[in-house]
Order: sequence, then structure tokens, then C-alpha cells
Amino acid sequence: MTTTLLEIEGLTKGYPGVVANDDVSFSIREGEVHALLGENGAGKSTLVKMIYGLVRPDAGQMHLQGSPYRPAEPRAARAAGVAMVFQHFSLFEALSVAENVALGMETAPPQRQLAARIREVSETYGLPLDPFRTVGDLSAGERQRVEIVRCLLQEPRLLIMDEPTSVLTPQEVDILFQTLRKLAAEGVAILYISHKLDEIRALCDHATILRQGRNVGTCVPRETSARGMAEMMVGSAFAAPEGRGRAAGEVALDVSGLSLASPRAFGTPLRNIHFTVRAGEILGIGGVAGNGQDELLAALSGELASPPGAVRLAGVPVGASGPAARRRAGLLAAPEERLGHAAAPDMSLTENALLTGAQREGLLSRGFVRWGAARSFARRVIDAFDVRTPGPDTAARALSGGNLQKFVIGREVLQRPTVLVANQPTWGVDAAAAAAIRQALLDLAAQGAAVVCISQDLDELMQVSDRFCALNEGRLSDIRPASEMSVEEIGLMMGGAHGMEVAHV
Amino acid sequence: MDLSSINPVLLLASLIVAATPILVAAIGELVVERAGVLNLGVEGMMITGAICGFAVAVETGSPALGFLAAAAGGAALSGLFAALTQFALANQVASGLALTLFGLGLSSLMGQGYVGVKPPATPRLDIPLLGDIPVLGRVVFGHDLVVYLGLALVVVVWAWLKFTRAGLVLRAVGENHDAAHALGYKVVRLRLLAIGFGGACAGLGGAYISLVRVPQWTEGMTAGAGWIALALVVFASWKPGRVLLGAWLFGGVTVLQLNLQAAGIAIPVEYLSMSPYLITILVLVIMSADRSRAPASLGRIFHASG
Repeated sequence: MTTTLLEIEGLTKGYPGVVANDDVSFSIREGEVHALLGENGAGKSTLVKMIYGLVRPDAGQMHLQGSPYRPAEPRAARAAGVAMVFQHFSLFEALSVAENVALGMETAPPQRQLAARIREVSETYGLPLDPFRTVGDLSAGERQRVEIVRCLLQEPRLLIMDEPTSVLTPQEVDILFQTLRKLAAEGVAILYISHKLDEIRALCDHATILRQGRNVGTCVPRETSARGMAEMMVGSAFAAPEGRGRAAGEVALDVSGLSLASPRAFGTPLRNIHFTVRAGEILGIGGVAGNGQDELLAALSGELASPPGAVRLAGVPVGASGPAARRRAGLLAAPEERLGHAAAPDMSLTENALLTGAQREGLLSRGFVRWGAARSFARRVIDAFDVRTPGPDTAARALSGGNLQKFVIGREVLQRPTVLVANQPTWGVDAAAAAAIRQALLDLAAQGAAVVCISQDLDELMQVSDRFCALNEGRLSDIRPASEMSVEEIGLMMGGAHGMEVAHV
Repeated sequence: MDLSSINPVLLLASLIVAATPILVAAIGELVVERAGVLNLGVEGMMITGAICGFAVAVETGSPALGFLAAAAGGAALSGLFAALTQFALANQVASGLALTLFGLGLSSLMGQGYVGVKPPATPRLDIPLLGDIPVLGRVVFGHDLVVYLGLALVVVVWAWLKFTRAGLVLRAVGENHDAAHALGYKVVRLRLLAIGFGGACAGLGGAYISLVRVPQWTEGMTAGAGWIALALVVFASWKPGRVLLGAWLFGGVTVLQLNLQAAGIAIPVEYLSMSPYLITILVLVIMSADRSRAPASLGRIFHASG
């Protein structure tokens, strides 16, 4: 199969102040799995949005099967056989699976017929789904199945997948890959966007690498090392984090029998969680997001109160005290979701530094804010963590994901915590910033703090943690030394494949 | 005190009439909110509809034309809200409140020449045979067209939301406008239509007060009916059937307490006057304790980013 399906020539798109794509050209053949690689902000999303008709290019041309292709809207793209699975699910939580699928189709058959087709297609490809369940009740993996099935029902010739595996367990990733290979064998071209290099090496035939909106090279992933591709993406070499082999000290944080209902409508309750972390140790807690991670962080940070004895800090019960009291005692937290939970998007970095650092850094005096001290604390964070920003008066929203995340983590680290809890510390962060953040966590532990790192990035957990466990449906697995574990075992700890099976085609 | 002076048949018949304005306004607002837009200007659109309908009915002598003008007036005022929130991306709560204040002012300006004027009577539908059934005939079949239009609206809106593709798209837009946009649905266009529909319904409800219920024109005569309609939508969990139930409950208690006042019951009038609000909200709060929730995009500003 060598027919070219989609050819892109000189595609350019600019937004005020930035050029998102600058003269990008590449082509995809039928039955090919083509990777689009790049850091956050490299222009991958803009590029695929142009192919899917959501954004119109300023210049350049596209050809689909030899004829000019210029979709004015997603409907036209879908009619031409282009389907897309979005990075942030484009699903409607309050609607049923069948209704969600119907919304993605041009002419949807009546619900009952559609439900039968959903069952048929989902089982053929090993993605079982109940058409009448409400999407809000589904796990992340199941939601992705809804998106994929929605695309498959349109019998696409080109399937675009934007970071599809960020929410899947390794077993689910395996099954997804088998489904994708099956599709490719049927002649469907797949444009696969990711920054997970190992996945791309396992799955893709060709890779196009974007950096700052430009096509900086192509490679055959199977023949290129992950490190080589990473350096093409970043444009320079960067240091991998290191620093292990610390002596564990006294028990710093002791969680026993922690059970809590979730405050959110579609949340997961915590079920009888036990663990201890010693000073100088990093405990990695893996698991797919939505399995109680947010609730666990809230219970540790003090946002959710629990029975006093359920959380002990150096032997002192703190379960019933709020975040401020826990901060005073040395238990600090860096939540996930930079814009909204860890930082207030429209406030300046100084104000954000003040929000968590007020007590431990003495930024208040008799109820008045000491702005000078707050600004210099923010500046210390910026300097120590190499946060790229014009200055401490910049709004948090204006920083890139990686820079804001460095600021959020740095803000806690500089407050000299005895225990630091970080949730998804490098989610959606470019490789260089991720390496810096991991190094900061390792350094903090080396200085004698206890660190709890909640993450869904297995490579990260293997890199930083001394001991490892997984959170699945609100339950914590056994805790094992990280050095003894294989990725396979970790995947099983994370809940395995959540009832998925291999495609039967 | 003489409770025997209360005629249950007349009570039921006037319950339906009393419920109609808020029912029609609430069903319109329900559609708006299911599309993800919170328009707090219902009161303003109702009173604007009330005066537009009143004026046109008086000038032309035709109540039907009056009701049409009321719907047009309500929709026109909602167009202002739509322009503010959908194109200028203004805050919906503030815009809605401003719309109410503006509507109240505008209506009293427009109504200056109409105080004390009597509008043409809206004819009751005289259905032969059906109307002659004892009790039922008077309660169910003795009303004007707008009452039946209101009931039909409830059924149509319910069926439209549940069974049609357009209804599904509207719910999807209200649930997650970014995802709907990503799938290629016209979020803003759909919301404009929904807001216009809501405005027309509110205007119609307002005109029902000035042309049928009262019937005359006084400043501020909607007296909070728009706010009750808004509350009704929320406490009815955005379900048309429950809106109907809530409106009837409100209308029923309103009529009953008026009758009780007339019968001279030994409860202070103030308590009786507040009872419809209290009882309706209480019942609907208890009912809304199930799992249903607001459209997830309700009140959020949609800005299509590339």
C-alpha cells in the first residue's frame, strides 16, 4: 500500500503574537500510522485542527486522495472521511453513550438501531460499551472507547488521535494499539499525536517532528532512539534527573484506615487507605486519574477533613485540622490542575506565592500583607526554579504549562516542607520542565523531607519513587519497592485492562 | 369565616388560569437554560410583553394580535440580552438583571397612556359538548386558547428535547459547549434561537397577565412572576413535566389563599400572601433532591477559540 492519502504542503497559521504553524509539509499514506511529535505548544493541536476543519489555515494546501481538500467545518471533514479523537474528551457527561455517539454522526439512525450498531462495532474491536449508560459514570478508559467507537461508526479513512493514551493503563494502551494496528491493516491511515516516545516507537511507521510550529525533521521511530527523538523535539540535550539511595529516617506521614466519601458528583470515594512515608523517602502512587487521586490529595492537604487519627504527621493526629494548620505543621501539598486548583489564574505570581506561603514565609503582619516580602519570595521561586516569566507581577494564566508547574512546585519546595504531597506534578509539561520538577522532588527528599508523588506517568514514578503503590477505584494496592517492579506488574496494580479485550477482527 | 363560599370547581378552573403566565414563561426559560444560557431577565421580558400585548390589543381591538405583539416584544428585548452575552461576551447574570430593570422602566414609559383603559376581552374557547360536561367541562374545557397553547408547549418542548435530533444538539450545547463546538455545531446560533424563544414565551406570559388575568395595565403588574418562573425552572430540575406541576401548585395555592382571605380565615393576610412562594419552593426543593443537575455549561461564557 503506497497510495498517498493526505498530503500537506506549506500549511501556515498565525495567531496574534505567535505563529502556531509555519510552512509545515508532510504526507500520510493509506494504512500508515504516522506520528506527530512535539512539545506542548509546538503546534501539533493547531495542525490537526486545520485538518479537521476547526481552524482555517492562513496559507498552504492540503490534498486528500489527490483532490484539493479544504474543510470549512468539521462536518465537511467528517464527510470526507476524517475522524478525530480529542485529547480532552469532547463528550457530554449528562448524556448517554448512544446520544454522545449520535452527536458525532451526520445522520444518526434511531436510538435502538444505533445502540445495536454501537454494540456490534465495539465488540468487533474489543471495546465493549453499554450504549445506555450515562457517560458521567464511565471511567476514563471507557470514555475514550466512546470517542473511538464514535469515529469508527463513520468508517473513516483517516483517524486523528490527539494524545489518546494519557489516561489509560498499560494494558488498555496495549489493547488500543492492537485496535489501531487492526485498523491500519484495513487501510485506515492514523495520525497519532503524542509526546510519549516509547509508544511511538512501538506503534508508528513514520514520525514528523514539530518544534515551535516548524517541521524540524522526520524519522522512522523504530530505528531512532527515544532520546534522539526527544532531543529533536526539544532542540537540545537535557539532563535526566538523578539521585537515589537515600537513607530513610523516621515515619513522617502515617495514613491509616482513611475512608472518605467524594465531595463531587462523579468522584470516587477513598476506601480504607493505609500507608506510611519516612523522612527522605519518595512514595509513588500510580493509577489512572479519576480513581481517587484528587480525593486523596484533598484528604492529605486538609481540604477534606477526616477522623483525626486517620492522618498523622510525625505521630501527631492532624486528620481533623484544615489546610492552614497542616501547613504550619509542615505538611504541604501541590494539587493537580495548575489553572484553578494549584494557582489562581488571574492573580499575579506574587499573589499566588502569598496564597500558600503566607504562614511559613511570614508574609503577613497583624493581618496585613507584607507585599515586599511576598514579592521577594515569588522572585526566589522564579530564580531557583528557572521559571521563564517577565517577573513576579505576571498573571499565572500567562505562563506556559511547564513554567507555571515549576512555579507551583517550587513555591512549596522553598517552604521547606517536612512532607510534600504532589498530584500529577508533570502532567502536560514539556520534557525539560518535567525533568527539572522531578529533580526538585528528588533533591527535596535528599534533604530529608518525605514526598508523596501521585502520578499517572509510569516513567516518572519509576524514576523518582523509592516505593510504589497504585490507587484503583479508591483502594490502595500493596506497597512495593520500586526497583523490583516491572511495568507489566504496575499495570496490573493499576487495575489491569478494565474489562477490555483484544480485537476479534 | 365561611369556607363553604369556596367553590372547588371554580377554584380548579382559576388555578389553571393563574398558573398559565408563569408556566409559559418558565417553559421558555427552561429551553434557554438547557442551551446553557442563564437569562435572569424573565421579569423584564414579561412586563415588556404585558404592555406590548396590551397596547396592540387596545389599538387594534384584537387580543390575538396583542398576544402576537407580546411575543414579538419579549423576543425583541431578549435580542438585547443575546447581543450582550453572545457577541459582546458580557456576564450573563449582570446582563439579565439589567434586562429586568430596563424592561420595567421601558414598560412604564410605554404604558403611560394605557392606565385605566380596558382591553378587549379574550374569548373563551366554547367547545360544544365537551364544555357541557359537569365539573370537568368547566375546569378543563372552558378556557381561552393561550391556556391550551401553554399546555401544548410543555408537551412539545418535552418531546422535542427528548426525541428529536435538534433537541439532542440543544442539550449537548448546554452540557458542554466546547465539545459541541469541536463537533461542528453552531453554539452561538443555537443559543440565539433559544434566547429568542425564551423571550417570546416570557412576553406571551406577561400579556396573559395584562389581557386575561387582571385585565388592565398597571406599572410593575407582573409583580415577581418572572422570578417565580426562574425559580420554578431550577427547582423543577430543568424538566418540563415538573415545571407544569410547579406552576399548577403555585397557581393553586395563590388562588386558594385569595379565597381563604375572602372567606376571612383567622390567619394574618401576610402569611397567606407568602404561602404560594413558600409552598411551591418547598415542594420543588424536596423533589429536586434526586440526582438531576443543572446543564454543565449553564451561565458560562462561550468563546470559540481556534
